[in-house]
Amino acid sequence: MEKLEVKNLNHHFGFTEILKDINFQLNKGEVLSIVGPSGGGKTTLLHLCANLLDVQEGKVQNSFKSSSFAFQESRLLPWKNVIDNIALGLLANGVKKNKAIQMAQEIALKFGLEEDDFDKFPKDLSGGMKQRVSFARALVVEPSLLFLDEPFSALDIGLKKELQTHLVNIVKKENLSILFITHDLMEAIRLSDKVLLLEADPGHIIKEFNYNLDLQLRDDKFVYNETAKILQDETIINTFELELK
Amino acid sequence: MFKFIFRILKDFPAYLWSGWGAIASIFLFIACWDVGNQVYGNLVLPSPLETFQTLTLMLQDDAVWVEINTTLYRAFTGFAISLIFGSILGLTAGFFATASIMSRPIVTILVGMPPIAWIVLAMIWFGMGDETVIFTVVVASFPIIFVGALQGTRTLDGELKQMAESFNLPRYMKFIDVYFPHIFSYVFPAWVSGLGMSWKIVVMAELLATSNGIGASLAIARSQLDTPTALALVTIMIGSLMFIEYIILEPIKREVELWRN
Repeated sequence: MEKLEVKNLNHHFGFTEILKDINFQLNKGEVLSIVGPSGGGKTTLLHLCANLLDVQEGKVQNSFKSSSFAFQESRLLPWKNVIDNIALGLLANGVKKNKAIQMAQEIALKFGLEEDDFDKFPKDLSGGMKQRVSFARALVVEPSLLFLDEPFSALDIGLKKELQTHLVNIVKKENLSILFITHDLMEAIRLSDKVLLLEADPGHIIKEFNYNLDLQLRDDKFVYNETAKILQDETIINTFELELK
Repeated sequence: MFKFIFRILKDFPAYLWSGWGAIASIFLFIACWDVGNQVYGNLVLPSPLETFQTLTLMLQDDAVWVEINTTLYRAFTGFAISLIFGSILGLTAGFFATASIMSRPIVTILVGMPPIAWIVLAMIWFGMGDETVIFTVVVASFPIIFVGALQGTRTLDGELKQMAESFNLPRYMKFIDVYFPHIFSYVFPAWVSGLGMSWKIVVMAELLATSNGIGASLAIARSQLDTPTALALVTIMIGSLMFIEYIILEPIKREVELWRN
């Protein structure tokens, strides 16, 4: 069974304690969100899990066969066109050039890009299009585990919903696992089986919320209701400092 | 690589066609020059026609070609030395914070010191000959290339590096797809400016420190008050620079920097 296991994880930058005693487990086919206020160590935690930072104390055990990452900013290579950007991960995995280009084109169309866009450089794309390319690049390698670092935060509602629906379908169809960090509770509730609440200074997990309804069955009503419920929660109010004035 | 050269050649006619504006402005310049000739007379400013006639005659003379080749040899030797050492040292220095901090004042000294002062020193050190000229060219163009290369590695994007890391890019792909295009976009313009600088400095150094080459011919033309020849020599210098810059380098630069804003 593929899984990601984090045990007693601590992390420091210099003398500042960023993360303290983090424990969780992400199983195959699960979507796990970590929510918390900005600057609370969420990104650091994600980078540790994705092996982009070296673990100092504790353990991160990742037995997923493959993984990929979609960042908050699209992080496309400015000197490569749309298709070459998408094909990057495939080429890194040793897929033949022709095959990689073909796969990149197919997924680009699925993600709402048009053939006219294929040869464009990132400078000629809008923010939303760049994020589409970034998602396509992360998903074309058919990862078993996907790391998401607030990739929806700069998108309009329509595009946000479109990309989220794509993800939900892939989770269902291909049993994709996602480790998702966000500061947006609604997003977390729409997409996750389990939501972990990370309190800042130093970052530690203080509460866990579980949602059992099938991802594809979650409509706006469900999301609004659950969000309203969670916003009443004492720990959430304190963590996000939601004082009513 | 072949695809790249092919693309440059494919876009070349369109690029040339876009040059009408440039040609018009050159003709306008020549017209002003002719006005100057009519106002100040042949001795001070020979007419464009006379200059170009002198130029045609000169280009038929083998002796002139020997001078041109001498100058070319000096400029390109100096430029090649700067290019190789400037690029390698600059790129390496960019990877180390200490090296880049330490090299800054040295670069300021090199850039700030007037080339004419270098020529005087070089004349004392090397005497009158090739070495003096080549040395001056190297000293003048090295810092430009060095700084370009240094900036290239200093400004590598950490976020893209991390992205490359997250997709497990193999080492050669990281270099070819992530580092190289960025570094090249800094180094290549620096090469172009370095080349322009070399071409200007070589004539100056020759004029003062040697008895052959275009610069020396210019000195002789001056002492004989032979203004048409002097202007013809200047035309050779400018013409060749324009050829290199607009016909060879600019199309490459356009293709290389297509992705830039």
